[in-house]
Amino acid sequence: MNIKENIKTLIIKKPLNLDCGKTINNFPLAYETYGSLNENKDNAILVFHALTGDQFVTGINPITKKDGWWSYAVGPNKSIDTNKYFVICANVIGGCMGSYGPSHKNPDTNKIYGTDFPVITINDMVNAQVNLLDYFKIKKLFSIVGGSMGGMQVLQFISNYPDKASTVVPIACTSSHSAQNIAFNELGRQAIASDHNWSDGKYLSNNTLPDKGLSVARMAAHITYLSKKGLQEKFGRKLQERDALKFGFDADFQIESYLRYQGSVFVDRFDANSYLYITRAMDYFDLVKQFDGNLSNAFKKTQAKFFVISFTSDWLYPTQENKDIVIALNAIGADVGFVEIKSDKGHDSFLLDVPDFLKTLKNFLDKAYLERQS
Amino acid sequence: MKTEYKIIVDIIEEKARVLDVGCDDGTLMQSLKKNKNVDARGIEISKDKVQTCVSKGLTVIEGNAEFDLKQFPNDSFDYVVLGQTLQAFVNPEIVIRELLRVGKKAIVTIPNFGHWKVRLNLLFKGTMPITESLPNDWYNTPNIHMCTIKDFVKFSKIINFKIFKSLALSNKNISNINNSNLFYKNLFAELGIFLIEKYNENRNN
Repeated sequence: MNIKENIKTLIIKKPLNLDCGKTINNFPLAYETYGSLNENKDNAILVFHALTGDQFVTGINPITKKDGWWSYAVGPNKSIDTNKYFVICANVIGGCMGSYGPSHKNPDTNKIYGTDFPVITINDMVNAQVNLLDYFKIKKLFSIVGGSMGGMQVLQFISNYPDKASTVVPIACTSSHSAQNIAFNELGRQAIASDHNWSDGKYLSNNTLPDKGLSVARMAAHITYLSKKGLQEKFGRKLQERDALKFGFDADFQIESYLRYQGSVFVDRFDANSYLYITRAMDYFDLVKQFDGNLSNAFKKTQAKFFVISFTSDWLYPTQENKDIVIALNAIGADVGFVEIKSDKGHDSFLLDVPDFLKTLKNFLDKAYLERQS
Repeated sequence: MKTEYKIIVDIIEEKARVLDVGCDDGTLMQSLKKNKNVDARGIEISKDKVQTCVSKGLTVIEGNAEFDLKQFPNDSFDYVVLGQTLQAFVNPEIVIRELLRVGKKAIVTIPNFGHWKVRLNLLFKGTMPITESLPNDWYNTPNIHMCTIKDFVKFSKIINFKIFKSLALSNKNISNINNSNLFYKNLFAELGIFLIEKYNENRNN
């Protein structure tokens, strides 16, 4: 993968103490920006990506040549309006789009890390990304926004840096990863690990790729991002390019073919070990436990204005888990709004063309931005 | 502005912390912010209306007062406003108790089922009254616990809260309600507006 020339990278010299006990320094953090930073440097929005996202939020991703993962929400005149705001997004550490991760070389051994890369947490991710604020000389972000794992980073960020953002928008996320979600992540990890080509994580040195395992992981996860109703309406029992069942194990049904396709395109853009590391980070996320069982304490020091968004058909990060964040904020009198958006598109709703969501996100940000200026 | 809202805005002090329960499209919250510079929050059950409120820059959470007030600590607000929705709850008693727990004071407005037009409607037609302010049929009305001004006064004694101020709104005219005129106000007012408080639990006498 010769992807380096399209990737902006900040080398972070300052040592970062990781939750696992190890310290990293002089490591790369890959990022991208959209729009322009104004003179007062008060129009910046830090967007956090989800499990399989990257820094290429919108426009054409120069590596995959496809639309950025949040093209519906971010861009000129869109919900996160790049005519107005300066959008920054970094690839999480542990990732595979240029930031320090398991496909990098260990400077001590000069070998590719693989599973020798230190285990990363959501806390480590945001502690790495806060360096971008110093780099751009931004004292306070106008907003931090993210869905799913991006939402977890939003919550961790404002908890760690209570005065570094004016508005906070966690979307379709949780403050504590549930057993069900850990279970699905474990299924994905085991699919990868049981691929012979994975070779205990040393596949890059062996010049093999655990494509089968990674694509099964993606297929399983992809189901969790949709809803039963959405699947039924889109695919039902429709057959794939055939008139009758073939009495074999080819993809007879469209849904099978669709999932196989999703799995196959995923392996071209994602590293299997990164998948292990990032899903682990999500599983370890428990902001409630970080604050001794009282989530409110995570937000006590911030004056930020919160807006929490969930989706009716999201069973992976259901409304109640999002509402728990709202409840914790109301318990300390924080400024928090909340809406559950009606959508059949499941957890993926935040990434898709869901007009009520896109409009509400835009309204919240634009009104808060106006209010702050007056 | 609706006379009802004007009265509520007049009652509430500058810079108070206010929770509007069932805040609808946020009209009252907006005028409270504009006229009294209050820190206004809202709860609204309708997704569309929450989205309208967000488009006005208001802080609103989607929720149901019967279940979602419990997330607020005691005395979180100077005022909790409940405008013409008490009659729509399954359990108005719990709602009133919750209002008085999270708010130091509460302002409750009720469409008066004792109004003479309502009474005549039932008396002569023999069917459930349908009026301008109560436009639904009995089978599709959200108003499952209609009461009169007199009922509400009685209710204050039964569940033990203090009515601090009570106003009657009749054809845009505002007047005070007291013990001696209760019979007439209950006949002629379209709306009752009550400023209520809980009795101080620590009082010794």
